[in-house]
Amino acid sequence: MDFELTEFQAELAEGMRRLCAGQFPLEQVRLPESTERVVDRAGWRQLGDAGVFNLCLAEEAGGVGMGLAEAALVFEELGRALLPGPLVASHLAAGLIDGADDGSVVVGLVERPDPARPEAAGVVPVIIEHLGDLDVLLLLSDAGVASVDPASLDATRLKRPMDPLTPVWVVPGLPEGTPVAGPEIAAWWRRDGAVLTAALQIGMAAWTTELAVEYAKQRRQFGRPIGGFQAIKHLCADMAVRTEVARCAVHAAAVTVDQPEVGDALVAVAGAKLLSDEAAVANGRSCIQVHGGMGFTWEVPAHLAYKRARVLATQFGTEGALAESLAESLAESGRGVR
Amino acid sequence: MDLRYTDAEQAFRGELRSWLETTLPGLPPKPSPHDWPGRRAYDTHWQRLLSDAGYAGIDWPVEGGGRGSSPVEELIFKEELERARAPYVGVNFVGLLHAGPTIIAEGTSEQRRRFLAPILQGDEVWCQGFSEPDAGSDLASMRTRGVRAGDDYVVTGSKIWTSHAEVADYCELLVRTGADDSRHRGISWLILPMDTPGVEIRPLTTIAGSTEFAELFLDEVRVPVANRVGEENDGWRVTMVTLSFERGTAFVGDLLEAIELLSSAVTLAQRTGAWSDPGVRRQAGHLRAELDALWALTKRNVSQAARTGIPGVGGTFFKLAYSETRQKLGEFSLALLGRAGLAADDIEGLDGEGPLPAETMVEDWLRGISLTIAAGTSQIQRNIVGERILGLPKEPVATTGAAREPARQRT
Repeated sequence: MDFELTEFQAELAEGMRRLCAGQFPLEQVRLPESTERVVDRAGWRQLGDAGVFNLCLAEEAGGVGMGLAEAALVFEELGRALLPGPLVASHLAAGLIDGADDGSVVVGLVERPDPARPEAAGVVPVIIEHLGDLDVLLLLSDAGVASVDPASLDATRLKRPMDPLTPVWVVPGLPEGTPVAGPEIAAWWRRDGAVLTAALQIGMAAWTTELAVEYAKQRRQFGRPIGGFQAIKHLCADMAVRTEVARCAVHAAAVTVDQPEVGDALVAVAGAKLLSDEAAVANGRSCIQVHGGMGFTWEVPAHLAYKRARVLATQFGTEGALAESLAESLAESGRGVR
Repeated sequence: MDLRYTDAEQAFRGELRSWLETTLPGLPPKPSPHDWPGRRAYDTHWQRLLSDAGYAGIDWPVEGGGRGSSPVEELIFKEELERARAPYVGVNFVGLLHAGPTIIAEGTSEQRRRFLAPILQGDEVWCQGFSEPDAGSDLASMRTRGVRAGDDYVVTGSKIWTSHAEVADYCELLVRTGADDSRHRGISWLILPMDTPGVEIRPLTTIAGSTEFAELFLDEVRVPVANRVGEENDGWRVTMVTLSFERGTAFVGDLLEAIELLSSAVTLAQRTGAWSDPGVRRQAGHLRAELDALWALTKRNVSQAARTGIPGVGGTFFKLAYSETRQKLGEFSLALLGRAGLAADDIEGLDGEGPLPAETMVEDWLRGISLTIAAGTSQIQRNIVGERILGLPKEPVATTGAAREPARQRT
């Protein structure tokens, strides 16, 4: 048992961090804020070349053949860079939709509302992220995955998206679409999609911690850097703790998917998504607070991470459903983890 | 990242498991928590059994008489003991986890020869005299004096939170040998025989009603200079060196116990009907996620110790997160008990399904309150994270090396 990153894994993460810092600096990532299209096609291809989408695809299918653990490390870095776009959907679609694997085709995904799930029934219409950027839209349900031409939808763009880098559309309903995968694929997409989304969240949680700490070191009030005051220092400490705990949960979930004999992957994944959603949301909020009045301005990027965390918390399992599924696992087994 | 155990690690687990299966049924009945001589006898007997089987001092280096196991084996050891419901380390806590490792690292060869084997074999029990009534989080301000008089130090002052003082043979004692304001530069580490004239022990009763702590009053107590570990005035460093023995496993038993307690809480909720409340189920789900994540963090910390030989920052993260999760679990259980939680007695349920587990849950809730206080309060831990890990400016008075006593001792 060695739960530290291997040398290769550490290099992979480091390489992805360098790529993002060099190719996708925040000033550039922010350029399309509040516009209809936020995916930079050339950049998407670069991500494809770097293996972001085909990392887990088998080598014989033209992929890199790595595990979900490696993908989680890569997605952590994408989260840290606040990269917008349907990253998780395009990664899942590699091998199923031509061109998803190398980044030449941008694939999005939306849950088909399930009338059997009372939370989804009835009131809130279907909201689709990034529709304007998509070449293919996939509809996910327990029954499987279906493909839809995004242009065929009667979609209305919402003028004031909560996250300025996640444009959203509303549709009155969803067509049947063309089936592209069955229930088994749908189930593993749900699982892997939750892990990769959680990885984006912990990347952001780590980034907002650093942003808050940097600011707390240089901002002076009462003649001292504000980070010297316990009220601020402890906010920052809590951010760091939350990130590290959630990070271990995400890594353990990814490894458990890769090494099924070590535990119950679905339980590990639900816990990881739950805690990383919480960490990203709480850290985004604290980051704004540490910045004081400046944190309330559009210019300071703290709000971007906070808003993105809220967006991602609605995807691949929400708080209530995740906590319920964990409760179910407790009720069934009456026995803890191994 | 690999969560699979190697063949050698699994073999270690297998041997340990069969030893536990044959040994545990032969243990005498557990003494009452208030019977201190009985507890000492029970705990030291268990230590003797471990020692005879070669499991004593699992984490101690071989040259100190220990087994010299890897951090991963240490993790497996603690995991298996907890799962088999083996006795806790009990009164051997300070000797095994603090005093012994300190003497291994900093003691003279004579001190090592004299003191190590009796700790490993359960022959001698240690307690700790670090904190003082006026020196808690700010341990470096301690005032208990050690004045050199010939071959002795004459020690006068008082100590507090001294676990198991009543049954201890020796105390690891920090005394001020430097100037009054020398702070951490003027402290020495002494071995105090508890039967020395001038040592008075006054038990403290905790909010849980237990008496595992005591106050020590020291009135002109003569401690031989030969009992000093390390140089005079170098006791602070001696104490800190020992912390590097921690390899991420300090809370393994506690964490697994918490996972068991959550299961009991869920069983209780199912029994009372509270489980039909989505709020209750979600709280349980959150607790499960947190405990699982802490188990993953434990494995990360142990792996780091195995690679680098030193404890990383993860231990501080763990303590902060675990103590809060454990307290949430305590509150959760207490709420589920409802009015059955008004006494720590297991009363019969009206459903004919046996007693309601109030004793365990009420006591656990109360004892859990110490977690954010003992071994460095959560506020001090946050300062440590903020200053030493995140690099934020220090408090006006340095908090370097804040008080860290051994973690909570389960009874």
